[in-house]
Amino acid sequence: MRRRIVTLTMSEDRRQGEVLLELDDVFMFFGKVGALAGISLQVRRGEIHSIIGPNGAGKTVMMNCINGLYHPQKGNIYYKGQNINKLKPHQRAKLGIARTFQKVEVFGGMTVLDNIRLGRHIRLKSGILRGALYWGQTAREEIEHREFIEEQIIDLLEIEHIRDKPVGMLPYGLQKRVELGRALALEPELLILDEPLAGLNLEEVEDMARFILDINEEDRWKVTCILVEHDMGVVMDLSDRVFVLNFGNRILDGPPEEVQGHPEVIKAYLGEEDLYSTRR
Amino acid sequence: MEITRELTIPKLFLERAAKYGKSKVAMREKEFGIWKPITWEQYLENVKYTALGLIRLGMEPGDKVTMIGDNRPEGLWAEMATICARGIGVWLFQDCLMDEVKYIVDHSDTRFLFGEGQEEVDKAISIFDECPKLEKVIWDDPKGMRNYDQDYLISFKEVQEMGRALEKEQPGLFEEGIRKGHGDDVALLFYTSGTTSLPKGALLSHWNLLSMGKALMSIDPCYENDDFVSYLPFAWIGEQMMSISCGLQVGFTINFPEEPETAQANIREIGPHVMFAPPRMYEQMTRTVQVKYLDSSWIKRKCYEASTWVGHRVANLKFDKKTTPWHWKLIDWLLYWLVRKKLKDHLGLCKVRYAYSGGAAMGPDHFRFFHALGVNLKQIYGQTEIAGISVVHRDGDIKFDTVGEPLPGTEVKTTEEGEIISKSPSVFLGYYKNEEATTETLRNGWLYSGDRGFIDEDGHLVVFDRSKDVMTLRNGKPFSPQYLETRLKFSPYVRDSWVIGDKRDYVTAVLCIDYDVVGKWADEKKLTYTSYMELSQKPQVYDLVESQIVQANKDLPEAARVKKFVNLYKEFDPDDDELTRTRKLRRSFVESRYADIVNALYSDRDSVHIDTTITYEDGRAAHIKTDLWIRELKD
Repeated sequence: MRRRIVTLTMSEDRRQGEVLLELDDVFMFFGKVGALAGISLQVRRGEIHSIIGPNGAGKTVMMNCINGLYHPQKGNIYYKGQNINKLKPHQRAKLGIARTFQKVEVFGGMTVLDNIRLGRHIRLKSGILRGALYWGQTAREEIEHREFIEEQIIDLLEIEHIRDKPVGMLPYGLQKRVELGRALALEPELLILDEPLAGLNLEEVEDMARFILDINEEDRWKVTCILVEHDMGVVMDLSDRVFVLNFGNRILDGPPEEVQGHPEVIKAYLGEEDLYSTRR
Repeated sequence: MEITRELTIPKLFLERAAKYGKSKVAMREKEFGIWKPITWEQYLENVKYTALGLIRLGMEPGDKVTMIGDNRPEGLWAEMATICARGIGVWLFQDCLMDEVKYIVDHSDTRFLFGEGQEEVDKAISIFDECPKLEKVIWDDPKGMRNYDQDYLISFKEVQEMGRALEKEQPGLFEEGIRKGHGDDVALLFYTSGTTSLPKGALLSHWNLLSMGKALMSIDPCYENDDFVSYLPFAWIGEQMMSISCGLQVGFTINFPEEPETAQANIREIGPHVMFAPPRMYEQMTRTVQVKYLDSSWIKRKCYEASTWVGHRVANLKFDKKTTPWHWKLIDWLLYWLVRKKLKDHLGLCKVRYAYSGGAAMGPDHFRFFHALGVNLKQIYGQTEIAGISVVHRDGDIKFDTVGEPLPGTEVKTTEEGEIISKSPSVFLGYYKNEEATTETLRNGWLYSGDRGFIDEDGHLVVFDRSKDVMTLRNGKPFSPQYLETRLKFSPYVRDSWVIGDKRDYVTAVLCIDYDVVGKWADEKKLTYTSYMELSQKPQVYDLVESQIVQANKDLPEAARVKKFVNLYKEFDPDDDELTRTRKLRRSFVESRYADIVNALYSDRDSVHIDTTITYEDGRAAHIKTDLWIRELKD
């Protein structure tokens, strides 16, 4: 895959935008172990909000709470002002919350195209019977979805050459891209990216960073992103705000320049220099 | 339409577009997974408005316009528009490094640069200040272009809009410009890849290009319903020859693949009738088949073996111009339908009437492979300076150690020193801003190629090699290292090879293993490795490579056999200047770069120490410290 230079931007006005997602004093326990201790977070529309923290800080638990895999014991989660505490993951997906996973969770035996189509399923209006007939409205809908997948996702992620390949046969970097494609098929408004760069080589990291920026900035997408990531170089370059988590507690939530030099952040990362180091 | 000296490419283009209009597809592009047709009428419109847009931007006749990007309709429109506006087209290889881009843009006095998208625009931005004559950079793929605000950037659509406005103001301007053109005007300025020095810009006229296409098609006619897949760089003269010189004359359909990575699959979907590619593409196809063969079940392997055995036998009879006995014909026909037809289809060669290989030497094993498969593969010989090709194999008269006979209207002979010289209407006008090289290459209308060869008893031209590349063996006989290299490359495990032995006691080779194929082989053998370097130095891999060399050494005179070899710690790469952009080995460069290895090969040592720094494509540098094993072959 050829490389392009990533252009980095960060806008001030986004920091004052409408709140899309809000976590209000969220607690999550596993038995007596507290994974999240009163976390509050506001994600504004259009921003890339990164969550960082050492291993075991509770980042993935937080993501699972947002997309509904876990239900916090205490506290509230609001999406566009609506309390979504009780909603199941698929109901939240319907509202426009999509995610990728730290360890890729794709359907290995299915082709790239089928994996992405699966993500689109939730937006299909026709039922089985009408689908079987493939006529009128159903045919039109099918064509529209096909165009969307081809023109907006496959072209964006540059995966034309693997369209018909089973995902399980692909290298890890491409599987991550397919997973992102499947999340995008949902046409989300909020996209949770759980360590999208983990295990990728430098070239793949640059590609992925460019895709995240495209998804966030292109007029067609304008997706708000929550980025969980260890690669500090990328986090500091891409994010509008960075939320620092340690042992289930919030340490700081602010713009990257503020986070970078904060003594507590550095302390939280002490002894984990490898994680703090950047690939660049 | 008669090809005359007055005729230009734009005049022919107008005539074709008027003849076919909406009724025929001029080109197809696979986009978003679907083949989208573009009729001649749309082709004309796009070229017309782009040309007028360029004129609106201030383009004058004789101005140079450079194009860079993948093969796509916009690329061809830009080139055709340039020529129609009486400018001169220059193409850059898509993977050109910044220095090469800068050199060519600057040397050619380019005023307008057509880049495809963000990647090309980035390249243009970084050289813009150093190329004072460059005025505008035009892009057509909007992806990633949202944050660029340089005032010299302009989109392809905007240029066409300007063209539309100009057409309203001055109708007929486009056609009038075309009428003024003459066949002797320069159409293209083509930079040769150059195995030895800086690229030289060859000036080619309309007459050069069209007469070459006409001569080729008088031997191997193409038809208007033929399909051609354009996937090799436009900066390579072979692609120009097919898409412009031949394509425009017969009006066949040009198909553009979706992405470079999908080219092979797209070729299969189209099933082109004619193909022209450098040997490496055919070598890649052979490798694909060989690897799939190694991977397949016992029964499939046996079917394949039987079919190729028979195929080879029948092909050899044809090469020897002997009649094939009827029972062999029958068996051959049967196996063709059972096995080879499928194989041909997988390679996208099921409809191919002529497949040409040119640009470098092709090994006899590869040649036999394709003929055994039933593909009419022909060798051609030519160069940029003769607008493509001058010598080609005729149907039914294929000798794989020759490149065939001269095209009609072309005279080819060799000088006393054995240099191949040719004369034809397609011989170029000279090098741009390089009088010295022009007088050296063009003498009394003869083109001095710098290649050595001879004409055999059947009138076929045998190209030995570049004069400076011919080596002398210890028995005093001249020998072509390329011949040996292509033999070694027939092995699927060997990706690149470099044979040394000029005026030496014995012949040695430096080999680059094919990482994918050898890697897969190692996986099956449960050999662990972490990098190319480690894999290449495994004793088992040396055994494997040795067995491949033993195969290649068979049937060679004793003095020409490879006696020692070393597996290199990396593959040869054009970015490291080891290969040209068309993947020809730059012998003198590798000789100086790997002098230590060469010295070690001709000493008693069994290993050579390497201590060097290599720079990756992404700019990172790595320090390499390793020992490469030297293996001597047993007699």
